[in-house]
Amino acid sequence: MKPQDLTDLALRNLREAILRNALTTLGIAVGVASLVAMLSLGVGLQQLASKRLSQSGLFDTIFVTPKNNFRGMGRPQREVDSDKPVRVLDNDARHELEKLPNVIEVYPQVRFFTEVRFNNKPYATVVAGLPDSSRNSGAFDGMQGNFFSSSTANEAILQIEFAKDLSDKPSSLVGQELTLRYAERQAIPTVGSDPSSSAAEPGGFSVVPKELRLKIVGIVETEPAAGYGGYGNARLLMPLETASTLRAAQVNDLRDIVRGSTSNKTTYPSLSVRAKSPSQVEALEASIKNLGFNAFSLLDASKSLRTFFSVFDLLLGIFGSLALAVATLGIVNTLVMAILERRREIGVLKALGAADSDVQQLFFVEAGVMGFLGGIFGVGFGWLLGRAITFGTNVYLKRQNLNPIELSSVPWWLVITALVFAVLVSLAAGLYPASRAAKLNPVDALRYE
Amino acid sequence: MPDTKPAVQLDHISRHYKMGETSVRAVDDVSLSVAHGEYLALLGSSGSGKSTLLNLMAGLDRPTSGAILANGVNLAALSPLDLARYRRNTVGMIFQSFNLLPRMTLEENVELPLRLAEVERSERAGRVREALERVRLTHRVGHRPAELSGGEQQRVAIARALVNRPKILLADEPTGNLDSATGETILSLLRDLQAQLGMTIVMVTHERPLAERYADRLATMGDGKLLGTSPARTGAAQ
Repeated sequence: MKPQDLTDLALRNLREAILRNALTTLGIAVGVASLVAMLSLGVGLQQLASKRLSQSGLFDTIFVTPKNNFRGMGRPQREVDSDKPVRVLDNDARHELEKLPNVIEVYPQVRFFTEVRFNNKPYATVVAGLPDSSRNSGAFDGMQGNFFSSSTANEAILQIEFAKDLSDKPSSLVGQELTLRYAERQAIPTVGSDPSSSAAEPGGFSVVPKELRLKIVGIVETEPAAGYGGYGNARLLMPLETASTLRAAQVNDLRDIVRGSTSNKTTYPSLSVRAKSPSQVEALEASIKNLGFNAFSLLDASKSLRTFFSVFDLLLGIFGSLALAVATLGIVNTLVMAILERRREIGVLKALGAADSDVQQLFFVEAGVMGFLGGIFGVGFGWLLGRAITFGTNVYLKRQNLNPIELSSVPWWLVITALVFAVLVSLAAGLYPASRAAKLNPVDALRYE
Repeated sequence: MPDTKPAVQLDHISRHYKMGETSVRAVDDVSLSVAHGEYLALLGSSGSGKSTLLNLMAGLDRPTSGAILANGVNLAALSPLDLARYRRNTVGMIFQSFNLLPRMTLEENVELPLRLAEVERSERAGRVREALERVRLTHRVGHRPAELSGGEQQRVAIARALVNRPKILLADEPTGNLDSATGETILSLLRDLQAQLGMTIVMVTHERPLAERYADRLATMGDGKLLGTSPARTGAAQ
């Protein structure tokens, strides 16, 4: 039979038992809908996580430390090539890193433990400098107030928990001022050197208490992502350049003095190198290691995240497919019933010259049409279900004073895949009924009343 | 007039069925030859094997042993696909219970064999009209079978059997569900088709008087065996 006639007859047959076939199709639609809803949640969550992570800058950032860095209490010292001189992270190294290809910026970690005064009460906290590029980090998307007006402004962004410590109404803090008290390093002048030089502290340094007034410009709801050596633990954030000019005493200062660092220049405990895109991180990491530094990036973590989501999607897919599997039993049932009902008709078709393959194809097309229609409705239902879950979640998030999120996502590939899958599964379900119908003995079928 | 070369030739045909442990010989060693353009009536009581024999000639069933030659081709040796093609193009079949598809209109029922034979759509309407004209049923073509009388339904079934222009028409108790007057009209119609188109007709019936009036020859069966053939009083009904 020609495809057009085959489809025509199949549609005619489907219309004939409209209720039963509609219910079967609905079953497939529910199956496909559950599959699409599950996968759309998986895809949505993955996109959400990827977006957050790429915004956080963790995946395009490489953390550089000197090779002789202490590894920690009680842990053995990292083995260092004794041939090569140990390289320190000083300004020369910083410039060298900046000149590497695909580097956007290189910035030091400035973080120190100090005291903040607000309303004449002291609060102890960790202060960290934020590079200006953090402006685009997802962590500041839903903040109260604004990001720093400039990279040298005397401004501060508080973390919400710290803001709650300072005031019962954290939001009222924006616009107010606080006082930062910190320990400034001042070089002990030696004969013949310029005491104003910040870089040279050959004879050690003295620590002088200083104060700086900072205007509170914003409050971050969520803690900015704490990477390796990140600023996650800091509760008061200020522009990096402002923080650098303070020359506040940092944790490693004492260590460097004790070690009697051979260099008489400023050294950094670590530097963060930002690549143009995460895809360049791996190559950049290798060239930094070639320069003689330790380099670490979260790219590996990103890889394992992708693996996690693949497994997650697979599990969601399996759960979603269960409903579809039940629906395929519905197809088998409906078509087997149809064979019983249309036994005589199959006999007539064969008597009129229909080949076994004609009868088989007829049932096949019927199964395929039910699968296709079920697939279309299912994708629609699934999309609606995803929207409903997103809506419900966002209502909940709003009540918790959190920002709305896009929980489900139905990309085109999911629509196409779901349709193809629905048709294939339906055709597979039609295999047995179709072959049974094709094998029907016409003499028996015609005798059947 | 009948051709000397047979349209259908049955050569020691047997058809046995297994029913549990026992074997039923529905058709037992039957040899019979039907000439081109001949109108043969197969007579016999129910269970005599006449319908089984007709199904074998129609290519709906295969013999346990023996050969069936239709236009020189041995049906027993044909593949299932070729046998389907034979049913589609060489033979037309009508049944006691008409076997029209109730959901289709008359037109669509008659068109069905054309769909199976993959006849071009443009050609179909003409062929359907031609077949319906042959059975003198050009009105009510848009109706469904249930809206027609038994005689009209059988005429539609005949049109359906003719639409692919087969050489052989096989009829299984075509008057069984009709009153005697209507039955006679149908048999007379078959007789006309035989005369006009030179068709070979094999008709299974248990109504001997009717068969004697319309058929050229009678073949009587009993217990699966062919008991004998005899010429009918041809022309009696004309």
